Amino acid sequence: MIAVGMVLVCFGVFFLLTGAVGLIRFPDFYTRMHAAGKCDTLGSLLVLTGLACYEGPGLASVKLLVVALFVFVTSATATHAIARAAKRNRVPWWTREEGR
Amino acid sequence: MPSTFFLGTSIAILIAASLSLYRVVRGPSIIDRIIGVNVIGTKTIGVIVLTGQLFERVELFIDIALVYALINFIGTLALSRYFERKGVLVDASGAAR
Repeated sequence: MIAVGMVLVCFGVFFLLTGAVGLIRFPDFYTRMHAAGKCDTLGSLLVLTGLACYEGPGLASVKLLVVALFVFVTSATATHAIARAAKRNRVPWWTREEGR
Repeated sequence: MPSTFFLGTSIAILIAASLSLYRVVRGPSIIDRIIGVNVIGTKTIGVIVLTGQLFERVELFIDIALVYALINFIGTLALSRYFERKGVLVDASGAAR
């Protein structure tokens, strides 16, 4: 169980790092949001679940799973709210430049 | 060995957070900054829990992580609703400022 937890935490850290690189590299607000929203949710979920596996059954792991559930709901909601703010204000999206 | 593992993963998440800080400082528009702050807050939840595991006081640190997640969520929601009403400035070339 400890090994499973460590592997899950490693995967979560990988996804968080990938999301950060995507947040830097993508050209557009909406694509950045795509990288940030999904990678961040999955990475945090994997880190918290991995720590719950590492802890073993008990109060701490139940609390960790509650925090994971909370992050799973709220991160998607926050991302949706920001995307709606951008869409309502007609933030332009990236298109391939001419002559390329 | 476990403490080294948790220290290493915490440092890796902090590196990812500082990469996101580039988008907060440099971000062309205000909503880029908002999403950068949201990403940093989500990463901080993981760092708090890993730090609690490092000090072997994880029951104490989970509550802090939960409160931090709540504050992060409410703050992001308030900022995005505010700028939804107020409007995001778009300049002549079409880029959001």
